Amino acid sequence: MANVYDKLAYDKLDDFIYGSCPKPVKTKSGLVVGGGEIYPELNFTLPAMTVDSNTIKDAYKIYKEIMDGALKRAVELHAPGVVLEYETLPEFTIHPEWGIEVSKIIVDALNEYNAKYGLKGALRATPNDIREMNRPPIMRGGEYWEEMQQIFEGFGKAGADFLAIESTGGKEIDDDALVNADIQKVIFALGVLGCRDMKFLWKKMVEMSNANNIIPSGDSACGFANTAMVLAERGFIPKVFASVVRVTAVPRALVAFEEGAVGPSKDCAYEGAYLKAITGFPIAMEGKSAACAHFSPIGNVAAAVADLWSNESVQQVKLLSGMAPVVSMEQLIYDCRLMNEAKRQGKGTELRDLLADSDSRLDPQAYVLRPDVVFDISRGILKGKTPFERTKLAAQLTVEKLKKAIANKEVKVEKRELRWIDIMENQIEDVPDDELEFYDQIKDDLDFDKFLPKEYGLD
Amino acid sequence: MDLKELSSVVQTGSQKKSKELVKKALDEKIEPVKILNDGMIEAMSEVGVKFKNNEIYVPEMLMAAKAMAAGMKVLEPILTKTGVKPVGKAVIGTVKGDLHDIGKNLVAMMMKGTGIEITDLGVDAEPAKFLKTAEKIGADIVCMSALLTTTMPAMDDTIKEFEKAGVRDKYIFMVGGAPLSDEYAKKIGADYYTPDAGSAAEVAKSAVLKKSK
Repeated sequence: MANVYDKLAYDKLDDFIYGSCPKPVKTKSGLVVGGGEIYPELNFTLPAMTVDSNTIKDAYKIYKEIMDGALKRAVELHAPGVVLEYETLPEFTIHPEWGIEVSKIIVDALNEYNAKYGLKGALRATPNDIREMNRPPIMRGGEYWEEMQQIFEGFGKAGADFLAIESTGGKEIDDDALVNADIQKVIFALGVLGCRDMKFLWKKMVEMSNANNIIPSGDSACGFANTAMVLAERGFIPKVFASVVRVTAVPRALVAFEEGAVGPSKDCAYEGAYLKAITGFPIAMEGKSAACAHFSPIGNVAAAVADLWSNESVQQVKLLSGMAPVVSMEQLIYDCRLMNEAKRQGKGTELRDLLADSDSRLDPQAYVLRPDVVFDISRGILKGKTPFERTKLAAQLTVEKLKKAIANKEVKVEKRELRWIDIMENQIEDVPDDELEFYDQIKDDLDFDKFLPKEYGLD
Repeated sequence: MDLKELSSVVQTGSQKKSKELVKKALDEKIEPVKILNDGMIEAMSEVGVKFKNNEIYVPEMLMAAKAMAAGMKVLEPILTKTGVKPVGKAVIGTVKGDLHDIGKNLVAMMMKGTGIEITDLGVDAEPAKFLKTAEKIGADIVCMSALLTTTMPAMDDTIKEFEKAGVRDKYIFMVGGAPLSDEYAKKIGADYYTPDAGSAAEVAKSAVLKKSK
């Protein structure tokens, strides 16, 4: 039976703050995420190298070195707890035994540091979604889906704490929609294809998590909304468009929680702020300290309601002070230390608002992550009865909100962006409330060489 | 007929008018190659400048590209018949093991706008596929894209595939993608690294013109 979310998890905006949430999650080592303090979440990847059966042992060795360096730094800096995220590269999902072996290396290192130094740690294991290796993607069967299920199970058995994913259902349509700044197709990709795939995928992930002692944590619309953010940053598409895509991704991500995910949601899921407001579960976020991985115009505001604070990813390369993952660990620990101290001194809400205010006037993508804006739009989204209705509402309400904010000079938007607000408004108005009616309406514009309707139950 | 009218129609993205004006120009016995250069490529070049100057976004460029493609449907058979060749030919693809293709698609679109004929291998393209296609179509340029640190080496493998076949020097190799750098391009023996789609198209055009001299 799916969980129902029809009202906000909070009564007061002041309670909506980093490090705390109504439904904290406890890991195997006793780390409580969302229980009051914010913790660092470190992600890392291999340097430029080929991964195959000849080099896999070298890869294991590199992961071990990353663990030793990063956890040593965490102890040196008295981190009260850390989460490590292992996000598989495609080779490690296609060969589940490789991915599972890496997760064992990480779990062993966490256990060692816990035993020796009392460091509370947890592993988030995130297999990448390889179903898109088939073009058009085969979402509900086939060898890739089999391998993904093997790794879901293997991660649990290896002792990982959280299972997460950046799923890609609907991305095959969304990519073109983004470069064409076509909000109707984005709504179709996220609200029809994405939501339908999430329901299928997360039902299975929750079932397998429960059977294998791993917490089903959350998904990320990285391939959708973060792609939009990167395209906007390069000047390819309007920032107001990327802002609307961000919020339009919320109902899709919410499906994971309806199916039983409990957080913390993924770091690159900036829609997490909305998920926390709606579900009350903890979230991970990333911002200024993820500059090693990508640019973002939301470096501070992203931290405002985060429960884990991440660097997104960094490869094992040498910097002046040491290896890059160790450097990231240090940066994250200091960020979290300041935020936790502010709360201890009763200045948490003040810091939260400073984090939000310092970014939100400068970019519409930051504006839509303001805690007060998140509250307002979330309330509106929940008036929708189905994931599709909510997706349409999310787009509509964000356009309205941005329009008002621009008129009130609450957010800076370039002149050339303005007409896109009207374009989106008109396009969204033409979207019917019924998803099948919408599918029928949009069919002629869809490229059926790129997606298979039956993979989304649309036959 | 003034070909500026065609250029303007292409720039505003009208596919129907683009077709009509190409037909009209042909009816008025304007040289097909002049229609291509002064109507189509000129339009895309203008659009490219506007994009570079932050006046327009990619969706507006894509609309222009679609309008150009619509006009080319009418013009291309005539160009082929009269033996007019494209500025150059390129094979483009995301390398083996990598599925990211938004950047690669934008590069392909912008290169087309410069008059280069594109053969797109899609994603996860094996080195042998690059070689086979380049040889088959008589390409001038081989463009490779990667977004992962672990798929970058596939670019090296691809260039080596051409070396093994003894045809490396026939081609210009271009690479791009977030983890790439000029340094890495040099290390693997690629001729050019470009950081974005706009510069990729410019570099490709000038490289292919230099090659044909």
